Amino acid sequence: MLITCPYCGPRDVIEFTYQGDGNRERPQPASQDLDAWNAYVYDRLNPAGDHNEIWQHSGSCRAHLRVVRNTLTHEISSVAFTRGDHKVAARHKAEGKS
Amino acid sequence: MVERQSPLELELRTGSHGDFEHGIEVILSETRPGSILQLAAWPGQEKALIAGIRTVTGLALPDGAGAGSTDGVRSVFGFAPGKFTVVDEAEGLASAFANVVTPDIGTVTDLSHGRTAIRIAGPKAEWVLAKFFAIDFALPAFPVDAGRSTMHHDVFAQIQRTGTDQFDIYVFRSFARSFWKALCHASEEVGYEVQ
Repeated sequence: MLITCPYCGPRDVIEFTYQGDGNRERPQPASQDLDAWNAYVYDRLNPAGDHNEIWQHSGSCRAHLRVVRNTLTHEISSVAFTRGDHKVAARHKAEGKS
Repeated sequence: MVERQSPLELELRTGSHGDFEHGIEVILSETRPGSILQLAAWPGQEKALIAGIRTVTGLALPDGAGAGSTDGVRSVFGFAPGKFTVVDEAEGLASAFANVVTPDIGTVTDLSHGRTAIRIAGPKAEWVLAKFFAIDFALPAFPVDAGRSTMHHDVFAQIQRTGTDQFDIYVFRSFARSFWKALCHASEEVGYEVQ
């Protein structure tokens, strides 16, 4: 399986480390919403098809990447830096979006 | 300055080795630069850092991921977004950067004692390295002066192409001897000389 890092180009999967499901939304650290924490820790979509994932290019540029991988074919349909995600989240928050 | 001891000392045997009767197609050496630095820019400060590198080293970094530059004495290349390796034959490069790369631009990490620089040159250098690293060493994919970071058996390595058939490899000092031995074994079939 090859993952095309936006910085390094196509690299073998051995250079990458899976960092988990990219659909999870971590509650605020002070949150006492147990349902939200339960969903964050346990709830998974487990799709047979495209899946949002977080990978780290740990064996090279060490960037964290937002990857869409097909769980049936291993086809990678999109790769992007996660860097900047927090800015998008902050902007959405400021604009009142979820 | 105190003379720095090479981790390769016990294994670095100058002369011709392997299948050299049919010609020497790879030359291995340790370049022993005085300074090896890692520079990192805070998000949005990349251009300021690149300008700082130019101020200190005189090297202009071209645009693009993994782009690099070298003048034979000093070398620089990008190995990650906003991160660069800068190498100088002379010691003291970190203090030269201290006043240029200020804390609001980024960070300077002195790795001079933490990395070992190994040079592989010759017509079969690409061939030997292709056995080590799963990256494309062909000239159009890996142009002269460019840098790449990758790994060999989980040992992180940074590679800069410093000539059409010459590469400088930076590996952890603690793994350098093992990497060197592997490189020598891999070079045996083409005939190699250690300088």
